[in-house]
Amino acid sequence: MYYIALQMLFGNKAKYYAIIIGISFAALIMTQQPSIFLGLLTRTYSFVGDVSEPDIWVMNPGVKFAEESKTMRDIELLKVKTSKGVQWAVPMIKMLARAKMPDGSQSTVDITGLDDATLIGAPYRITQGQIENLRAADSIFVDETAAHTKLRISLKDGSTRPLKVGDILELNDRRAIVVGLFKATRNFVLQPQIYSTYSNALKFIPRSRTNLSYILVKAKDNLEKEAIARNIEAKTGLMALTKEEFKQKNLDYWMNSTGIAINFGISVMLGFIVGAAVAGQTFYGFVLENLKYYAVLKAMGVTNAKLVKIVLLQAFVVGFIGFGIGVLITTLFGLNFLDAVLAFRMAPEILLFASIGVLLIISIAAIIGIRKVVSLDPASVFRG
Amino acid sequence: MKYSIECTKIQKFFGEGESRIEVLKSVDLKIGKRDFSMLVGPSGCGKTTLISIIAGILPFDKGKCSINGHDINSLTENELINFRAKNIGFIFQNFNLIPTITVAENVSIPLMIGGMDREQAIAKAKEMLGLVGLKDKSNMHPQILSGGQQQRVAIARALVHKPPILICDEPTSALDFHTGENIVNLLKNINKELGSTFIIVTHDNRILKYADKITYLDDGKIKSQGV
Repeated sequence: MYYIALQMLFGNKAKYYAIIIGISFAALIMTQQPSIFLGLLTRTYSFVGDVSEPDIWVMNPGVKFAEESKTMRDIELLKVKTSKGVQWAVPMIKMLARAKMPDGSQSTVDITGLDDATLIGAPYRITQGQIENLRAADSIFVDETAAHTKLRISLKDGSTRPLKVGDILELNDRRAIVVGLFKATRNFVLQPQIYSTYSNALKFIPRSRTNLSYILVKAKDNLEKEAIARNIEAKTGLMALTKEEFKQKNLDYWMNSTGIAINFGISVMLGFIVGAAVAGQTFYGFVLENLKYYAVLKAMGVTNAKLVKIVLLQAFVVGFIGFGIGVLITTLFGLNFLDAVLAFRMAPEILLFASIGVLLIISIAAIIGIRKVVSLDPASVFRG
Repeated sequence: MKYSIECTKIQKFFGEGESRIEVLKSVDLKIGKRDFSMLVGPSGCGKTTLISIIAGILPFDKGKCSINGHDINSLTENELINFRAKNIGFIFQNFNLIPTITVAENVSIPLMIGGMDREQAIAKAKEMLGLVGLKDKSNMHPQILSGGQQQRVAIARALVHKPPILICDEPTSALDFHTGENIVNLLKNINKELGSTFIIVTHDNRILKYADKITYLDDGKIKSQGV
């Protein structure tokens, strides 16, 4: 009988495709939009995540997110180094600077200055050059994507070319030479990312009494990172956050200050409602269209329980196929935008969330259909 | 057991309160085993209600109805469903064949309801289609067939599980005279060969000559019974 039930479904092509389209649309929206949302959220702390070695970030208490430049006195580094539980601590500068390109054009760049000795926090996807070359005077590494887009150089013949190794530019009127390119993890700010050593960075930024953006701390083994962070805070008056705490701080800032969650939440809700309406309505139409056949089956001796199973099977099959198509389209969409300007991250939790959504849609559709089928009078078979 | 269908003083009401209508007014009906019986009467006289009661798909309010030895009012809901699956074959005015499955699959449905596996049911269905002259159409979809052929498929479906009673609701009304006559001939032959009891509701006076017994129903009462 279940084979017959499926044939009833697949054979009614117009209704079948309409239901599938409705569910696929809902599944697509319920996976694609949260994946973009999650991708954006991940970008809010990608800078922190990419710096793998340190356990604790120490910063000015006014810092709200990683790219915000609020500085500390250099002396704070010594205080942190001598704090209890600290294995090592290195400085980092993160600041915006004005870059003047070889063709005379200008743009704002985000400079990260790394500890000269250890280069802790250096980008890990080097595409050209050796990271050790950063230690040479005036050397910088440039984000490859920015080199091909925002930092392109205009030539005299009117064409353009990407910024390349060996090019010389000015950062806040100081000479800087490109010694390497790297692939940056996209973050939430738009400025091209440039890396240099701490000492080189000091040359590129306007000098002031305070230059230090972050102190990166490695905790001693077997010690609670949170406890060490609180100890540093108590000793220095600075803000010390474990890596996870700092990620969360970035996330909270962007979530609370942009309303991004509400926007995506609305999109997902609309996708769910439209999908549910289309799929539910069409499935109900399918049940209505087949009502006389359900009545014939009932008259012939099919029990209500069996009819319920038949309708459930039909609903779950379209739900499964629609969900599969929706997720497939989202996956292809994600692959198409892999490492691109559009943020995208499809986590297993999103699939679970979307599958619950689709399950809800088909359950609603099935329940409406089942009510009609169960209350069906088998005597209606004789009423034309 | 002399009679296949033995209904005594059947009363059936529809509606409540002031709008309550007595559709069947103390109907007595007896149809013998292997009878080829026809039920006639004007529209609204209660024919459909009576065959629905006989088929076990509509409860009645008063009286007694014994179908193939079963007192259908004493059966539980599940027993009634089982009773229908085993004892009753249905032939409808508009055939009611499922359009999205093949002819053989349509015919195999009563067997599958009875628990037979699909392959075996399809094989039996094809045998039955041979009996109605449509074996070569087994793998087609019903819409491709003519009205007469579709009714033959419906007949094969009604007979495939060998029910002792066949209830036919206007089996010729959707067909032209010639095709309708062929269908009734086929039903009559099956009646003789298989020995099933037929009760046919019809408005088609041209087929009355085939009946062993004609029951005339009017205003919820049986006005006459005879050959």
